[in-house]
Amino acid sequence: MKVAVLRFPGTNCEFDTQYAFEKIGHATELVWHENETLPEGIDLVVVPGGFSYGDYLRSGSIARFSPVMKAVISFANDGGRVLGICNGFQILTEAGLLPGALKRNNDLHFISKHQNLCVINNDNAFLNKCETGEVLNIPIAHADGNYYIDDAGFEKLETNGQILLRYSDEKGAPVVVNGSVTSIAGVCNESKNVFGLMPHPERALEAILGSEDGLRMLKGFEV
Amino acid sequence: MQAVVNVFLKEGVLDPQGKAAHHALDSLGFPGVEDVRIGKQIILKLETDDRAKAEAEVKEMCETLLANTVIEDYTVEIN
Repeated sequence: MKVAVLRFPGTNCEFDTQYAFEKIGHATELVWHENETLPEGIDLVVVPGGFSYGDYLRSGSIARFSPVMKAVISFANDGGRVLGICNGFQILTEAGLLPGALKRNNDLHFISKHQNLCVINNDNAFLNKCETGEVLNIPIAHADGNYYIDDAGFEKLETNGQILLRYSDEKGAPVVVNGSVTSIAGVCNESKNVFGLMPHPERALEAILGSEDGLRMLKGFEV
Repeated sequence: MQAVVNVFLKEGVLDPQGKAAHHALDSLGFPGVEDVRIGKQIILKLETDDRAKAEAEVKEMCETLLANTVIEDYTVEIN
């Protein structure tokens, strides 16, 4: 598999993301935000975490208009797989590739810790190596992770199985972490080729560092 | 011409900053505040002298970039 990892001014998880995909045996390529095209033969585009454009205006709102995003939007519209992690999730919602929006955390704090997540739907290219109801331990690190969607949008997410993950306790019961609607931590689009989550699977690759649950998530994309 | 854009979270969307400021005002001895909403103001200097054109353009800017209409409302004032 060949993975393109985007890089905007202010991105800071691009090397971790490359390391993660290379660790599970995939080729990666960094793609600068000014590029108008994606490299040939890409199987997955990852929009990594960070603080693109200093989070000015709203997190992800400026990056969403960079030249490379035009290529990503047409890649996604042609069925290409796209994964947004943290700031990448914010960018994908701002771009309209994912429903909803990410607001400031309810307690206004930047939250940085290991967090349990419950797998809600695994019938997709991302979480197919995880079990529904399984609890994963993945770090979170964000100030704007409070997922919002209106009632009609939420109903659609639920009916279509687009809710990927919820913040939970160790038994899988939802917990309030940042104020997200029904504790949502990650969603996908209706066609299930665009994925976004606030937690950082690329930071959970070694048991000795707290968790290796991220490996299984990222391996999901293997064909 | 100058356009003043105010962007606020929609009614019904919890405004955590407004809530925090509200609590702070309460504890500072200002009990008569019913609600606090915090937004942002964006001031644009425009080349045009055509009011209607300016308003239409700024609205488009709001819809495209300045506001995220999933969670935010905006107002435009042309001076």
